[in-house]
Amino acid sequence: MSKPTPVAVILASLVALFLLLPLIAVIPVSFTPTRFLAMPSGEWSLRHYQALLDNPAWLQSIWLSIRIGILSSVISTTLALMFSLGIWMFRPWFANILLGFVLLPMVAPPVVSAITLYFFLIGLSKVNDLVGYDTWIGVAVAHAVMIAPFAVVLITVALSQVDRRIDLAARGFGAGIRTRIFKVILPNIRFGILTALFLSFVLSWEEIGVTLFVTSVNAITLPRMMWMGLRDNIDPAIAAISVVLIAIVIAVILAKTVVTAMLSRKG
Amino acid sequence: MSERMKPALLFGPLVLFLCLAYFVPFLGVMQWSVTLPEPGVGQYVKAVSDPLIISVFIRTFRICLIVTILSIAAAYCIAYIWVRGTPMQRLAMEICILIPFWISILTRAFGWVALLTNRGLINTWLQQIGIISEPLTLVRNEFGVVLGMTHFLIPFAVFPIASAMRSLDERVLMAARGMGATRLRTFWAIFVPMTLPGVLGAGIIVFVFALGFFITPAILGGGRSVMIAELIYLRLFQSPDWGLGAAMSVILMLIVAGLLALMMRYARPKSMLR
Repeated sequence: MSKPTPVAVILASLVALFLLLPLIAVIPVSFTPTRFLAMPSGEWSLRHYQALLDNPAWLQSIWLSIRIGILSSVISTTLALMFSLGIWMFRPWFANILLGFVLLPMVAPPVVSAITLYFFLIGLSKVNDLVGYDTWIGVAVAHAVMIAPFAVVLITVALSQVDRRIDLAARGFGAGIRTRIFKVILPNIRFGILTALFLSFVLSWEEIGVTLFVTSVNAITLPRMMWMGLRDNIDPAIAAISVVLIAIVIAVILAKTVVTAMLSRKG
Repeated sequence: MSERMKPALLFGPLVLFLCLAYFVPFLGVMQWSVTLPEPGVGQYVKAVSDPLIISVFIRTFRICLIVTILSIAAAYCIAYIWVRGTPMQRLAMEICILIPFWISILTRAFGWVALLTNRGLINTWLQQIGIISEPLTLVRNEFGVVLGMTHFLIPFAVFPIASAMRSLDERVLMAARGMGATRLRTFWAIFVPMTLPGVLGAGIIVFVFALGFFITPAILGGGRSVMIAELIYLRLFQSPDWGLGAAMSVILMLIVAGLLALMMRYARPKSMLR
């Protein structure tokens, strides 16, 4: 089939508009001068952006989310990397069973994972204060459980593109397991590992379903903070923070698109 | 250290971590469901006979079915241009899929509130041009929930459908055209049936995801169209009834497991291992 017909293009454009519309709607609302959620009529104001900077709770929750994101992405990517390497290098007969098991938190309904991790963390709280319910390390561990399957998928896909013969050659020349991993395999999948780290961080940064179950008053992450402002009387500060978050995503995607285009032109 | 132990040292830690932090606690939740408040299967009997819970289950299935159909239809349109459009069209579609995909579920649900609320973009605009005098109630009801969930799930439906469209053999389409089929007939008689496995896979993924939703319904439904996952949340934290919440979680997990088994059987996602 040749070029798509105008009808197909129009339908797709309508869907694209539907996808972008709610993100666009946030922008004018964030500039409202009123204390409630409304379109600005005439006068525009930056007071809700000011509120983000003035209220220490917002900045604290951002800092907390960054810490949790870094810790949970490092835990999940490290464990996922070791796991995927073990499966790829040794190909045990039960590989598929293990893979199915570690992907469980990804396919289970989030609410079921949430109640499970709630059970886990209140259990830990009984034996220590550091890692448990409503602590930042506890939240990071819960996030690591949720995120690890995604890291496993990304790293396994990266490994599947490595030519096994280079590993066999290294082995044939007498390289031990450590040399094979650090000198041969890891350099070949470094891009996949970085992608896994980045995606893990983003997933933790925006996680809300599990966080809602395992925190109450101490570990208020950014999504948790937004959730509290969204439930009853909607605080327009949510619009301001949403605009900031949307702007970050758009900037990253545009930067990636431009870099990819430049690289493909060069190559 | 023997040679045999080395593989286990590599994949062991993650398996052990998930066993301790996920598998064993899930068994604990199952134990709650048969021991709280008193031992027995009373909570399961309640979960499948209480008219309120049954009505929530029925509403959940109805919303999930509508959302799945809408998402698949929308995803098919956008995936078609993403795969078969001109380079410019492809880039535009890719950006329109990726931007919402990377934005958090909270921000996206809030975007719908900002769009649909009484003083939001749509109502303000409709009043300005004089079509309506009173704002329409577009949010805090099932309509808002369906829109918000469909919006969230379209990108997840696009990926499997687009991959089915990409793997289709172009020559089959050329053969159909060469033998005199019109463009429309080539599309409906060849293209659609050949991409149906991708559609089926996407449908099950979207339906399974939709079943477990509770953030979007909680924000856009405003407590008026509660879905099963939100009911579990309420049973645990507002009217502490842990046994019933746990029993409903186990039932939800079983439904999802059944659907995924169905997907493995019929839609056959490509194995990740080579």
